[in-house]
Amino acid sequence: MARISTASKVTARRTAISRPLPEGVWGYILIAPWLVGFLGLTLWPMLQSLYLSFTDYDLLSSPKWVGMANYKDIFFDSGDFRTSIKVTFLYVALGVPLKLTFALMVALLLSRAVWGMPLFRAIFYLPSLIGGSVAIAMVWRDIFGNNGIFNRMLAAFGIRGMDWINDPGTSLYTLVLLAVWQFGSSMVIFLAGLKQIPRELYEAASVDGASRLRTFFNLTIPMLTPLILFNLVMQTIYSFQMFTQAYVITNGGPMNSTLVYALYLFQQAFSFFDMGYASALAWILLAIVAALTGLIFWSSRKWVHYES
Amino acid sequence: MVATLKSKAAGKAAYSIALVLGGVIMMYPVIWLFSNSLKGNADFIDGGLIPNTFVWSNYAKGWSAIPGYTFADFFLNSLVIGVLSVIGTVLSSAVVAYGFARIRFPLRNMWFAILMLTLMLPTQVTLVPQYILFKSFGWVGSNLPLIVPHFVAASPFFVFLIVQFIRGIPKDLDEAAKIDGCSIAGIGVRILLPLCKPALVTTGLFCFIWSWDDFLAQTIYLTDTAEFTVPLALRLFLDNSSEITWGPMFAMSVLGILPSFILFMAAQKYFVEGIATTGLKG
Repeated sequence: MARISTASKVTARRTAISRPLPEGVWGYILIAPWLVGFLGLTLWPMLQSLYLSFTDYDLLSSPKWVGMANYKDIFFDSGDFRTSIKVTFLYVALGVPLKLTFALMVALLLSRAVWGMPLFRAIFYLPSLIGGSVAIAMVWRDIFGNNGIFNRMLAAFGIRGMDWINDPGTSLYTLVLLAVWQFGSSMVIFLAGLKQIPRELYEAASVDGASRLRTFFNLTIPMLTPLILFNLVMQTIYSFQMFTQAYVITNGGPMNSTLVYALYLFQQAFSFFDMGYASALAWILLAIVAALTGLIFWSSRKWVHYES
Repeated sequence: MVATLKSKAAGKAAYSIALVLGGVIMMYPVIWLFSNSLKGNADFIDGGLIPNTFVWSNYAKGWSAIPGYTFADFFLNSLVIGVLSVIGTVLSSAVVAYGFARIRFPLRNMWFAILMLTLMLPTQVTLVPQYILFKSFGWVGSNLPLIVPHFVAASPFFVFLIVQFIRGIPKDLDEAAKIDGCSIAGIGVRILLPLCKPALVTTGLFCFIWSWDDFLAQTIYLTDTAEFTVPLALRLFLDNSSEITWGPMFAMSVLGILPSFILFMAAQKYFVEGIATTGLKG
């Protein structure tokens, strides 16, 4: 009796091994690496930073619950929060539209297939690839410095330059310019989109006698709106996180004129070890970015044209 | 007739001039960087684009400018992080992307929506707690926090990129293989993996360049000069340098962007296609 049951158990186990795993289980096996990463390195840290934002924590002693004190400090105290918000919004509001405009203009130029297109595409894209490096940050300091090449070019036109990097009135604009210089990835996406617009539509437009300008506004732009939306969202989120350039080129100065949000957060966390305050800043950033992204998506119903 | 031809030619010329001029403006800072690396002190005060004397010794001077180390150490550190990150990212992203793109499992759409949401999550939100987490592992001061996350597909962008690519591969291939008795693992390895090569190469390239330039993470986790990467060494150089060492500093900056530059030149096509894919519906 007992022996029979063991035998049947063995055969049962054998069939379980030889039967292939159900597809659902396979799916979870395959996405397991990401799932582990998401739970351990994204979701759990997010929840933890939410908790920490209500505490006082310096990494040495254990976190002390302080309720809304961090948020109160941020909004009502004399800290540099308001300055950094202003600086960041200005940086994003100037940089992103300019970046997208250049990306679109250059993509249009390049899409009219001529000689050397791959070469020019490479030239216009390369800055996006190396723009985040310390090397480029150093070049920027040199170009816009007091006797940098930029001032000498102005001098050739009889204009007196200034110390662009070290003047609080202009320092942020040098960083905006650096961001605009990196329009390459948006440009490549627009370029791919332009290639996908059916030629017949253009032919039809020219048969109808539409001018180039009208074709651009009534055909090209509407066809590209989904990609404009994509680039707008991605570049906005990306610009809000700008750190390296501000850290290396100006370190937030002069007079906090380039104290972008990510740099302010970094200072609170890793210069003053005020982890609670920094976590609160992080959640405020998340709220701002989420609200803005939501706003862009909500407005997109009005201006994005999807082919049905 | 002649008039239209003339205006056409003029249009073409204007167009070419616009392109060339734009290209020159775009490349100017990069050219300036190369030229600065060969300048002596006098040229920094009032030199033009072309150095009056080419000071090749800047490179030798810069190479051993940080006492006790040479830039060979920093390049090796950067390379170790870069190569291991690429291996981790390509392996994990490919496996995860296959699961999302081809396998039906419960809650798939929910998980994928979450993945897409994390694509938009600012790094700063997880920066502090991740630091605390790695500190509790005793990893701060080592390169582990810069490498290990890559093995759990920490960049959703790459998973998304490969998913988009797999969606463009006809399903008939998988179906045919399935009928022939090929297992799920077999289909992944034998059919899709070879076809995904362009997407995997793109992923590897971007991952390498981004981890090479990931200044924020490097500056937080690497505390000991012996562990420093090239960007951190450059930053150290910058902080300790007066105008006298500008030439050598720019020389090392040139070497610092050289790997990205060479990779880009060698695999331009992949870069462009990779970026373009993500912006379009697959």
